[in-house]
Amino acid sequence: MAGWLFVITLLLALVAVHRPFGDYMYKVVSGRRNNVVERGIYRLVGVDPSAEQTWGVYARSVLAFSAVSILFLYLFLRIQDKLWLSLGFAGVPTHIAWNTAVSFVTNTNWQAYSGESTMGHLVQMAGLAVQNFVSASVGIAVAVALIRGFAGRKTGTLGNFWVDLTRITLRVLLPICVLATLVFMIAGMVQNLSGGTDVTTLTGATQHITGGPVASQEAIKELGTNGGGFYNVNSAHPFENPTAWTNWLQIFLILVIPFSLPRVFGRMVGQLRQGYAIVAVMAVLAIASIALTVGFEVHGAGTVPQAVGAAMEGKEVRFGIPNSATFASATTLTSTGAVDSFHDSYTAFGGMMPMINMMLGEVAPGGVGSGLYGLLILAVITVFVAGLMVGRTPEYIGKKIGAREMKLASLYFLVTPALVLIGTAAAFATGNNSTALNVGPHGLSEVLYAFTSAANNNGSAFAGITVNTPWWDTALGLAMLIGRFLPLVLVLALAGSLARQKPVPESEGTLPTHKPLFVGMVVGVTVVLVALTFLPALALGPIAEGLS
Amino acid sequence: MRLPAWLAQHIAALRALLVMTVLLGLAYPLVMVAVGRIPGLSDKADGSLVAHGSSLIGQAFTDKDGNPVAKYFQSRPSAAGDGYDPTSTSASNLGPESVVDTLSDNPDDAKQSLLTQVCARSLAIGKLEGVDGSRPYCTSDGVGAVLAVFYRDGLTGPITRVVSVNQTGTPFLASYKGVTVEPAKNGEDYVAEGGVITPIRGNAPAKPVVPSDAVTASASGLDPDISPAYANLQAPRIARERSMTLDQVQKLIKEHTDGRALGFMGEPGVNVLELNMALDATGN
Repeated sequence: MAGWLFVITLLLALVAVHRPFGDYMYKVVSGRRNNVVERGIYRLVGVDPSAEQTWGVYARSVLAFSAVSILFLYLFLRIQDKLWLSLGFAGVPTHIAWNTAVSFVTNTNWQAYSGESTMGHLVQMAGLAVQNFVSASVGIAVAVALIRGFAGRKTGTLGNFWVDLTRITLRVLLPICVLATLVFMIAGMVQNLSGGTDVTTLTGATQHITGGPVASQEAIKELGTNGGGFYNVNSAHPFENPTAWTNWLQIFLILVIPFSLPRVFGRMVGQLRQGYAIVAVMAVLAIASIALTVGFEVHGAGTVPQAVGAAMEGKEVRFGIPNSATFASATTLTSTGAVDSFHDSYTAFGGMMPMINMMLGEVAPGGVGSGLYGLLILAVITVFVAGLMVGRTPEYIGKKIGAREMKLASLYFLVTPALVLIGTAAAFATGNNSTALNVGPHGLSEVLYAFTSAANNNGSAFAGITVNTPWWDTALGLAMLIGRFLPLVLVLALAGSLARQKPVPESEGTLPTHKPLFVGMVVGVTVVLVALTFLPALALGPIAEGLS
Repeated sequence: MRLPAWLAQHIAALRALLVMTVLLGLAYPLVMVAVGRIPGLSDKADGSLVAHGSSLIGQAFTDKDGNPVAKYFQSRPSAAGDGYDPTSTSASNLGPESVVDTLSDNPDDAKQSLLTQVCARSLAIGKLEGVDGSRPYCTSDGVGAVLAVFYRDGLTGPITRVVSVNQTGTPFLASYKGVTVEPAKNGEDYVAEGGVITPIRGNAPAKPVVPSDAVTASASGLDPDISPAYANLQAPRIARERSMTLDQVQKLIKEHTDGRALGFMGEPGVNVLELNMALDATGN
């Protein structure tokens, strides 16, 4: 009962906040005025904030910024031992540095390393955490650019990437993070530059209590749906998540931007009800998924959970089972990948749900920005499918969905499943699946989970598998890189193509895209597409395990 | 001189990244570190240190050989390093059907399944606390009660052979469906040989006496809490060891139990380090 109240209060808080917060973000991305700090930044960067960019220029700006970020972070990781606050850790080995650089720039935050034994404080805060901010801003910027494509009146331009990046970072992410850091410190999260303290335990042993700028990193880790923990065990660590209420707050921070962005969409296209329809799709999928995950975990099927009497392996006492399962849903319904319990030890079906959440394409509500553009692509596919049924030219928000738009949308949808299934097959074909900790169907689940997580830029894991080998680091790095930037470029191309169109007036043949019928159709299309794509793979892993 | 567009773009990107790094990577965290120096906040920002550790980080209350120190409440099992090592945090990551041990003559190659770990812990705690440590799917000698059943036609047909896969000694079951159960041999892989893994429920109570958190490793390996049920199970031993009354010990447990936050978040937990320090402070 308390577990359901936990979910209900989260929902109520999101309902209460998404309107004012969505309106605020709308003002941030559509305002014309730049404040003095922002003008200073544009001068330092050397860009003209009033210059409007076509989709090509916008995309090249995103790619240039991300490429430079990967290189910079890679070098930073390689030479951390020569810099301050390295805590005596060596430079990060090549394949782990590549994997980590790609991982943080793509908003994945897959961690092939263990934070407390690999990363110094400087590289954590000035390398990794910076990407936590800007990769989140990139996601939101691209979503906003797509909305401008829908809202545009034959202008062909999508705004200015540098302005979007700066404003979203400074006006949305940073102020909330400062506030969240304060609250987290009050709850007991550490925030210092200490290399740690050796203490003598009650029975006379020595324990090394670690330090670090944890609270400030934790805030953006959740708000930016990043998920890269300061420590190996992420939000299960008492210093990253000290109490049951910080657990609630972290889930809230994970969900607040993705659930508020449809409001921005509604405002920008001038039809609030279109935003409500999108947020309704997200909510239906999210609530169903959370209910199933909590249900499976509380029920506790499987030999070991039955022997134990509860699915307590890999869970913390202070969170308990229902709240841990809620966190697991939220982190995989978005692109976060932070964990407060270890999915590898979940019941077979409880552990399948996080995988399905990611396989949905992380659209319910999805990562910051990426969730909204993913769901808008699914809406486009839905109007096309509906158009086929009644034999009319499909249109969405006053824009015709022609052959070019459909090709881009279909390609977008195909990228991640291809990466997941080919990657998983490649791991088995090359024998690299042998680094899995568990055997049988669960071993397959560990491999499938890894590629699902990387290609969808999630970052959570069935963490038993050892992935800091050169093959795994390279393969998952590629999956993250392609899984992030290929869809992103396709989205911007679609935005450009929409922006060039003159809006078509609504006619009798227009499918209303704000009614419950349409919401139901998008939900249906999403679930059917995912089921068709992934059911065979799931049948060999978690389903085989759960039914044995 | 005008730079080519692609180069100008990458230079702008590099400048943007450097500006962001100074702002978000240095100014923001360092200002927050400075804020953390405010009296009242600084203890927490430094890790909630107390006389014998951190009140947020769990520790093991065992002697040098890893045996429980009887006068202290015991923490949960931990997969962090050798147990409660903050420099090597980890969960076990073993799945719900991890039920077959790897038996080997070489102790370095031998590996316990999660089920056997659970059974062994339950048995040991039962012994320590003087209660029934039995659990479903566990043998009375504390390993997973699991058979490899060989059928004539793979998955069907009459049973030809049955092996108790986690036991090299006398099997927990003399016969299974009329077929004599053999003990396992070191180094054999009965799954690869075609045996169907069949866990046996046994007749242990569905709700075992030893609580679930006592036999499972936590997510962090640093869980500072145990459930009130596990604390109460240990109370009689603590009272005996310290010549206190059971009431006195139970009162201390109550004082160190944190209920659910706001009445509905999380689960009640007992902070083990704080409780043990309070026990020491009583002078018993």
